[in-house]
Amino acid sequence: MNRSLISRSSMKPKVRERSWKPNLPPAAILSRGMHYGISGVPRGALWEGKMAAHLKKRAYEEFSHVIQEEVKPPKKLKLARKPSPEEVLDLSTAKTPQAAVQLLLKFSNNLPDESGAVEGAVRHLLEFWYKEKESYVRSKIAQLLGRLAHTPGFAAAALVDDLTSLLQAEDSHQVRAQLLDSLLQIGRGLPLHQDLHRKLVAIAQQFLTDTYHLVRSKCLELIGCLGTAGVAGKGDLAVERILADASHDQDPRVRTSALQAMLTLHQRGLKLSLGGYQQACAALTDDYEGVRLAAVKLIWVYSQLYPETMIPVPSSNEELRLVDDGFAKICNMVNDLTMTVRAEAAGLLGSLHRVSARFLEQTLDKKLMSHLRRKRTAHERAKEMYARGEWSTGKKWGDDAPKEEVDTDSISLIDSGACGAFVHGLEDEFLEVRSASVDSLCELASNNQTFAQQSLDFLVDMFNDEIEGVRLNSIRSLRKICRHVVLREDQLDTVLGALDDASKPIREALHELLCSCQQLSKACLNSTIHAMLRNLSKYPSDRLSIWRCMQQVGSHHADLVATLTPELLCAHPYFDATEPDMDDPAYIAILILVFNAAVSCPTLQPMFPEHTLRHYDYLRDSLTELVPQLKLEGHRSLMMSPERQRRPSLDDHGSFLQHILSRLGALPHMQHAAAVELLQMTIRDLERVGSLEPQLAATAACTAMYLHCHMLFRKALSDQLWAMPAALGAVQCATVRASVRQMLELTHQMEQLFLGLSSEEVGCVLQMRLKAHTLQLLVDLRGRQAGAKGTKTSSQLCELYLQRVTEVQSYLNSKKVQADSFTQALLAEMSMLESSKASLIAKYLLPLIQGHIPPAMEIGNCVRQARADIVEPSGESDNVQRFTAGLALAIDVDATLDNVTQAQDVLIQLKFPDGQSQLTSVRPADIHRLGPLRHRVLTQVYLSHQQWTEPCHVELGMVLPYSGRDQEDEEEGGAAASVIPLCKPVKVYILPTPTKR
Amino acid sequence: MILFLLFMWWPTGAGQDVGRSCILVSIGGKNIMLDCGMHMGYNDERRFPDFTYITQSGTLNDHLDCVIISHFHLDHCGCLPYMTEMVGYDGPIYMTHPTKAICPILLEDYRKITVDRKGESQATFFTSQMIKDCMKKVVPVNLHQTVQVVILNIPQVDDELEIKAYYAGHVLGAAMFLIKVGSESVVYTGDYNMTPDRHLGAAWIDKCRPDLLITESTYATTIRDSKRCRERDFLKKVHETIEKGGKVLIPVFALGRAQELCILLETFWERMNIKAPIYFSTGLTEKANNYYRLFITWTNQKIRKTFVKRNMFEFKHIKAFDRSYIDNPGPMVVFATPGMLHAGLSLQVFKKWAPDSKNMVIMPGYCVAGTVGHKILNGIRKIEFENKKVLEVRMAVEYMSFSAHADAQGIMQLIRYCEPRNVMLVHGEGQKMDFLSKKITQEFGVQCFFPANGETVTIETNPNIPVDASLNLLKREASLTGPPDPKRPRVLHGALIMKENSLRLVSPSQAMRELGLKEHEIRFTSTVTIHDPQPSQGTVERLCTHLKGTLKDHSIQHMPDGSIMIDSVLIKVSGSSEEEETKDFLVSWPYEDEDLGSQLMTLLRKGLPRTVEA
Repeated sequence: MNRSLISRSSMKPKVRERSWKPNLPPAAILSRGMHYGISGVPRGALWEGKMAAHLKKRAYEEFSHVIQEEVKPPKKLKLARKPSPEEVLDLSTAKTPQAAVQLLLKFSNNLPDESGAVEGAVRHLLEFWYKEKESYVRSKIAQLLGRLAHTPGFAAAALVDDLTSLLQAEDSHQVRAQLLDSLLQIGRGLPLHQDLHRKLVAIAQQFLTDTYHLVRSKCLELIGCLGTAGVAGKGDLAVERILADASHDQDPRVRTSALQAMLTLHQRGLKLSLGGYQQACAALTDDYEGVRLAAVKLIWVYSQLYPETMIPVPSSNEELRLVDDGFAKICNMVNDLTMTVRAEAAGLLGSLHRVSARFLEQTLDKKLMSHLRRKRTAHERAKEMYARGEWSTGKKWGDDAPKEEVDTDSISLIDSGACGAFVHGLEDEFLEVRSASVDSLCELASNNQTFAQQSLDFLVDMFNDEIEGVRLNSIRSLRKICRHVVLREDQLDTVLGALDDASKPIREALHELLCSCQQLSKACLNSTIHAMLRNLSKYPSDRLSIWRCMQQVGSHHADLVATLTPELLCAHPYFDATEPDMDDPAYIAILILVFNAAVSCPTLQPMFPEHTLRHYDYLRDSLTELVPQLKLEGHRSLMMSPERQRRPSLDDHGSFLQHILSRLGALPHMQHAAAVELLQMTIRDLERVGSLEPQLAATAACTAMYLHCHMLFRKALSDQLWAMPAALGAVQCATVRASVRQMLELTHQMEQLFLGLSSEEVGCVLQMRLKAHTLQLLVDLRGRQAGAKGTKTSSQLCELYLQRVTEVQSYLNSKKVQADSFTQALLAEMSMLESSKASLIAKYLLPLIQGHIPPAMEIGNCVRQARADIVEPSGESDNVQRFTAGLALAIDVDATLDNVTQAQDVLIQLKFPDGQSQLTSVRPADIHRLGPLRHRVLTQVYLSHQQWTEPCHVELGMVLPYSGRDQEDEEEGGAAASVIPLCKPVKVYILPTPTKR
Repeated sequence: MILFLLFMWWPTGAGQDVGRSCILVSIGGKNIMLDCGMHMGYNDERRFPDFTYITQSGTLNDHLDCVIISHFHLDHCGCLPYMTEMVGYDGPIYMTHPTKAICPILLEDYRKITVDRKGESQATFFTSQMIKDCMKKVVPVNLHQTVQVVILNIPQVDDELEIKAYYAGHVLGAAMFLIKVGSESVVYTGDYNMTPDRHLGAAWIDKCRPDLLITESTYATTIRDSKRCRERDFLKKVHETIEKGGKVLIPVFALGRAQELCILLETFWERMNIKAPIYFSTGLTEKANNYYRLFITWTNQKIRKTFVKRNMFEFKHIKAFDRSYIDNPGPMVVFATPGMLHAGLSLQVFKKWAPDSKNMVIMPGYCVAGTVGHKILNGIRKIEFENKKVLEVRMAVEYMSFSAHADAQGIMQLIRYCEPRNVMLVHGEGQKMDFLSKKITQEFGVQCFFPANGETVTIETNPNIPVDASLNLLKREASLTGPPDPKRPRVLHGALIMKENSLRLVSPSQAMRELGLKEHEIRFTSTVTIHDPQPSQGTVERLCTHLKGTLKDHSIQHMPDGSIMIDSVLIKVSGSSEEEETKDFLVSWPYEDEDLGSQLMTLLRKGLPRTVEA
């Protein structure tokens, strides 16, 4: 069809141009041109008609004026057939080297994958090699050979000899380098061929004297990757010697490669000998950053390998441990010229745990000086102020005036060794270096308590960094070392000051920090609490995080809280204060703090005013996880009557669950009506169990869903319509179809939402879905006889059904799951069904499905349910969010996802009052992993709508999409049916306002 | 060896003084003026450098090859229009793009204050037109761009003199310059800052190994505390005052630190979600902010990264100030000029707010004695003004140092980065420079100068002298001993021909041919007596075996006439009597093989070992 089109257009190119070009913009031309190619006939016909009209028009035009038109070449249609590799690789057709390269490039995009074809291609390439004079073509061939050798099943070792001989005969340096690279690739692909590796290393050694840097670099890379310990450790030494020699090469790129190769040796598990250390140290002062970068890494490797070896200090008789020496050297590199080297050095410092304390403490050292007089740093001043018990007045100029004279001879201006490495790193211009320094500082501090205390000042300073990422990092780092340290009052001030930060992650990180932080005194605790309350009033959305923090602070500092309690609760020995508002988040925060402190501090309880105790009951019920169990003496509440005091334990609930489920044993034998009644009751019981015992909730919910399906199935079967041989009416069809749809939805939910279902249980669910499909088929077939509309023919429906049966069967077989009686019977009849007509199938199926009532499903494992909790928006706000109609409104969403394996698949669904629904995916960067199967989504959803007359609620929910194959078959349903809700949607009150002019 | 002149000069006062820069460098025959600053302290002719040092009459065109301006501060560029338009100079002036943009604004402002306000006569001072004309002579350069200097009046560049700019921090557009003539080079730093601040990055230079580094040394004897502590203090004080409902006055100069403080407060406001207004007095600053907005690439990492989203200089919280706002209730922060509280808006605001103890004034810089700023910093609480009114200062007074010069450690750092062969300290006080120069010599082992005003310093350099080596010579050498190793020097025989400004290294024979000289050979000849009772034939044979055993690297031949050839050294028995127990050996070697010859002599003097049998 296509071909005919081409020929036609090539016959009359002129006419074609005229026919539609004037009427259409270029883009349209393009798209129309494409249409012709794809579905030529109908449009072609139309086009011919148009063409005739134009010809006519042109005939008239010719009289008036002459149009000079170039004959344009006919549009070529591209055929998207993949040519076979051999065809492409006919290099003899290439007349020029450029053409050959083009061919090779095409070939490289489409490498063959069976070994036979590869072999042919390799042979062809090698043949061509000898004819080719241009080095860049040979270079490309060499690269292709290397890639082809990776094909599984291809004997790459055989190619090595060919390549080696090519290499020996080669003149061009570029090609040599490429050949060496290909050899390296082959060697890497064959990790077990020790002999081959030895051979390759020998070849590489031979080319080390090449005058071109790339060849030498490649040789070194190859030696690094393939050089082995060899026989009796001799080869090992030789390899290292080669690399050490090459590290003095004149070309910096070769020096870099040499050091990199040493690193590669180390990564491959070969132990580097100590001799290379001095070489690496010398390379630290290289002019080229690549060399320095590799050298820093190498020094780190040596420091890890030989930490305790003693190293002589130049120009003195002393000796140093190697790890200390290496540490000092890396510290020195924090002052390097190049940012990448600084960042690398700062990052590497963190993992040198064995460095001695003397060197470690130097890293934070900085001597200040002003006009030749020693000056104390702000940190030292703050510490002294604290020790003296007075605060910097800050009123006087020269408060920080320098005191003692500096001995001009002894002072060293340029930092040597480890001196001040972190001070510099933390003040660096680039966030990469600062961030790496914070990480290292934290890492080292978590292993050394004194250092942790010293580093505190610096970490706290970083809370003021200009880049949010660095601030966040420093807050988290401080949390990690929190158990070692106690924050001083002035440091705490800075920490609390950061609570005003506008960024939510920062505030939450701070809350977590305060959770684990040791409070020094009552005053500290007091300022902490007040800072948190201020934060709460400024950012009300933080309440959950603050409450959690209050809980931790309360339980950790019971005694300190006790001293503050009367003040916090406004309790007075004689006067009753007004009862605070129970819904005030700040008040709740205080209560959480106090109640958690009261657990370990029994003296607190008598201090509680009357209303506090009442509020306790309320909070204990509404915020169970934040408010602990208290033994309140003399307090009788409505809820806590003595007989209800004893809360039933998990075991009780478990046995109750068992009891409920045991009733279902007789289910298959019961009458429909009785069974339905029993099922309804059981489902209700299960829901209650789920609400009482969170650990069993998922199991209960899953069972309930299954039973619900069961009930729907029973109801559908109990219908009288099946008894009638006549065709079904539309109404009857509709009820059954509705049940079927619900069953399908439920089975999909069970499959998607629950984790930990055994294969038997999944089998159960699948078989239940099969039953739903059976019902659907029956309804469809019998409804069709009544002349119901439908897009598919009966035979197509049956085919689809049989396909589904096969799918279920293959699942059951693969998992070795026993099929239930219905499925067994169905499979037994399978051959008959396949050969039967549609109308007969219905006749077979009906007795089958009526005769085999499925058993109840028992869930063995403790399953988990995928769930989302939307924290923000809370859905309680009455404030209308206004935005200009047609523009976008951003809604902050903060939600927690539990037990969702593929968190990035979760979508946010918006349902508008007009029935519109909108799905938004979440950016991967907005999903934060909290733990295994626990994620947090912090994102913004944009919604937009045309103008409304009054504010309305938009429902926002988290949903999980699923790709049930039956979706495409369903005539109705659409997008709404293909998602599973993870939570109840929350409501957002919005009003798109008219555009202001 | 090429001499290398350098002097800095000023009509009065010490050269080792902060506050004006003008240095003249003569390098490889080129004269370059580095900065052309003025002295802010004088109002007479002493404020400008004395150009009669260069020439008594006529223009400077014949005496200068180019002028380089490091940044837009008046003490580095204030004299430029005077020099080019009034003294006369038409050659190229090099500066970076931001400097070129901002410099005329400052010059114009300075002119206005001097001429219009102080009423100086137009005749002695430059006019607006002069500033414009002067700016036309400026050639802007980019960072790390190597520029070959334009030659005056000829449409062609000087291929010997080239300059290259490096980032210097300090203020927007500040640059350090590498000036290179042939293999000699100077780095001039201008003012620079090695620690990054809120709007600018840190100075950076590569390992260019100049012959001389001319560095500023304002803080030669100071090592400063971390910037972060100072900033934190500053923000904390401002924040606390605002929270209490007080007003904060920050007197600043229009350019430089003002922008840094603005950014600092702006980001803090943003971060902490503070609503109190920040005001900035309009005029000069607004114009300058436009340029800051424009030259984003010259700012620090944070601003460069976020500007796609939002240009940090498009202040969200900072608004223009109006005098009527002074009496507005509620907290606010006001940046007002000038910085020393001696006149203008800042003094006016200060007078209004001083009596309230809730308010605060923060002095971000140094104040000259006699100004109100200086008084309040020294704790004076009652200030008397001209009209006998006494103002009682109840507001809090704070001092915050936000200086953007490198401290001693920063200077050392820069020296470490660029590894100069000599260092020269300028722009600092004598005593302090003395201390620092000692330290530099001690730590790096390089010579360090700190010349006084008007002093000339000469520095010797070791310039590379290129020599054309004959290819044949090199090839032969390479074939004998393998390819050259750049790490090790090697001795090579050859003749150096110096002819008409060209140097060539050729093989000796070729040199002879070219010069038409006859080759003469110098040989040393000596006689050694060896005690050996055997016939001379046997002795020679024994000697030959002995030498073959010891001198393995040389070819040793026993000639048929009884002599021994070792490379080009000849040994011959010269003794006549066969019976005598001693024999005389004649040893002869050419001048080139002196080493081998002397080695043989020592060997022979030791005599033959006994173990060697004939």
